[in-house]
Amino acid sequence: MNDKILLAHGSGGKLAHELVEKGFVKALANPLLAKLDDSAVIDFSGRLAFTTDSYVVSPIFFPGGDIGKLAVCGTVNDLAMSGARPLYLSLAFIIEEGFLKSELNRVVNSIQKAAEEAGVGIITGDTKVVHRGSADKLFINTAGVGIIPEGINISGSNARAGDRVILSGTIGDHGITVISQREELSFSTNLKSDCAPLGGLVAEMLNASPNIHCLRDPTRGGLATSLNELAKQSRVSIRIEEQKIPVREEVLAACEMLGFDPLYVANEGKLVAIVPDEDADKVLKAMRKNRYGENAVIIGEVGAEKPGRVVMKTVLGASRIVDMLVGDLLPRIC
Amino acid sequence: MCLAIPALIKSIENKEAEAEIGGITRRISLWLTPEAKVGDYVIVHTGYAINILDQREAEETLSLLEQIARLGENEG
Amino acid sequence: MKYISEFRRSELAQGLITQIHRQSKTPVRFMEFCGGHTVTIFRYGIRQLLPKTIEMVSGPGCPICVTANADLDKAIALAQIPGVIIATFGDMLKVPGSDSSLQEAKAGGADVRMVYSTMDALKIAEDNPDNAIVFLGIGFETTAPTIAVSILQAEEKDIKNYYVLSLHKLCPPVIKALLDSGEVKLHGLICPGHVSAIIGSQPWEFIARDYAVPCVVSGFEPLDILQSVDMLVNQVEKGRSQVEIAYRRGVCPEGNRQALKLMREVFEPRPALWRGMGGIPGSGLKLRKKYQRFDAEFAFDIRPSPTREPAGCICGDILRGVKTPADCKLFGKTCTPENPVGPCMVSSEGSCSASYLYGGGFE
Repeated sequence: MNDKILLAHGSGGKLAHELVEKGFVKALANPLLAKLDDSAVIDFSGRLAFTTDSYVVSPIFFPGGDIGKLAVCGTVNDLAMSGARPLYLSLAFIIEEGFLKSELNRVVNSIQKAAEEAGVGIITGDTKVVHRGSADKLFINTAGVGIIPEGINISGSNARAGDRVILSGTIGDHGITVISQREELSFSTNLKSDCAPLGGLVAEMLNASPNIHCLRDPTRGGLATSLNELAKQSRVSIRIEEQKIPVREEVLAACEMLGFDPLYVANEGKLVAIVPDEDADKVLKAMRKNRYGENAVIIGEVGAEKPGRVVMKTVLGASRIVDMLVGDLLPRIC
Repeated sequence: MCLAIPALIKSIENKEAEAEIGGITRRISLWLTPEAKVGDYVIVHTGYAINILDQREAEETLSLLEQIARLGENEG
Repeated sequence: MKYISEFRRSELAQGLITQIHRQSKTPVRFMEFCGGHTVTIFRYGIRQLLPKTIEMVSGPGCPICVTANADLDKAIALAQIPGVIIATFGDMLKVPGSDSSLQEAKAGGADVRMVYSTMDALKIAEDNPDNAIVFLGIGFETTAPTIAVSILQAEEKDIKNYYVLSLHKLCPPVIKALLDSGEVKLHGLICPGHVSAIIGSQPWEFIARDYAVPCVVSGFEPLDILQSVDMLVNQVEKGRSQVEIAYRRGVCPEGNRQALKLMREVFEPRPALWRGMGGIPGSGLKLRKKYQRFDAEFAFDIRPSPTREPAGCICGDILRGVKTPADCKLFGKTCTPENPVGPCMVSSEGSCSASYLYGGGFE
């Protein structure tokens, strides 16, 4: 009984077909995918949002998710950040020779569940298997498309002085959860990754107000990096208050222990919205009704002076600059 | 010098302990604080307890700071 | 978080700030020696809250920043010996040596692993009996005892493949050298809190006694720093110079006897090279003869590349508090956190990095 993925599984022959048909197509249950044509053919009209991403997270499985769920949610969220309704994803696996079939099945099932929650179809895919050592167990690449409704115009360059900055919930959950699983930093926690599809949340926000200026999901680099990107793109300054930013106690504790700043830790189920002042309360209300926005809070505002700069009022009342993340987040001793 | 945080000792086995801070737990070494007991707070640096935190002194410092704050309000 | 959150209460900070403003009449320059204090001061914007009479400068208390190129080159050379696994604290990975860095050596195929604790390094040694695990011993008196324990544990468990490259340094000698140089006039010193948890407050007595500089041993939360500044101001205005402990919950005058005993069991003092300050006698630690078999300098034939100092880098001056990052021609231009020229920009608690990332103070 062979329980491992072999090079032959990626070579296009019988074993490969078996893997795709019995493993992927069956689990993902999508009529377009099941056709197994070289490309999926769909009808569209309107503005298309199109994104691509690759997922290389290690470890593959972590509390609250896995690389598969991450792949679906990450792609869906990129589309949602343009205001699009996510529709279809492509899915490409690069599998390391020797990867356990049972683990691959676990990932595929997770992908199916996430796709179902997000309301997207996985309609085309690809599988390659590489020599042992050429990939770290499993890499996933995706592309996604969605339709942007009429009248919606969301872009990182749309922020204006006077706008409010809204954060959808606690920061740092995903990054700290993944780090806690790394052997050399071992600590135990009940934390879970916040990995989640935000298409529904965004749709409800747009219902409350079609005038949302910017949306961004603060993944790698954390909230600080996303805010800096928005400030630079829109040529505005952003002022936030440390007191208002929600952080779970365990995330704070882990950050204290390792010397991290939660502002720079990755999130996979949160968003930042920049909204005209007059619409802020409406949007906030709508967010709090959604399970992925129940802790939403206004954390700051947009200003015109010192464009490109992000400034935070600390709990003591003094201000400091919040820059982008540089390089990698590394634990420190000092 | 150096990053160290107060953690609560939950259990001890040989010269190591399970210590907890803010809901996260980690195994730490008590080689430098052999007299530490369950229920003590220790200051943890790179996985080692470097000192037992004096809880009474902590409370006294906070009282002092509270007094200073009240003084400031009265004068202000 | 118990014993952390309480020391961040803004209403208590306000009380201290009011008192400092009321008391401080004499213009003074206070130095915070310790990198951890530098980070707190920048992160909370403490400079902005203090009166104009108080100038804060940062000293050479970041063990990463003061590691000389020659020493870093040794670590990189070790990383390139086949069969060697380097275990190091995260801070060291990006620091540039003369030609390279540990991170670059790793990208080039060297086995360099980041650990949070020497406990993890010992485990790597146990799990990889065919490799030699070399732990980079960086840090001051807070960290040195933990490395001493790792060596004693390696001996107890008969672990034959664990080595330490001791780049440890001691604080009192470098502060003495700084004061002797007379380059920076100081009116007060904020003494390192966790170094003092180990060595106590007595080793700082010479500063107050022989140099008439008031000293306060401080914790790392914003209230701790503010309280320490308040106590220094108090001493200055009353014309006193003593060593006081503000961080009473963490430090007692005699220090941690057990930690000192273990540190002295394994290590002995020797001269050390400090970036920007040159050689300082008795300011480093070396493994004693009894533990020589754990000493990487004896076990390996280390061939570092020739030492070069980067042109234009004034990290040395910044570490001594003589210049600020704003005085450096490279700061923010050729030397940035993405492309650091010197260690003050790499280490997250180096003056340049803190200044660049948190702004304020040096704007």
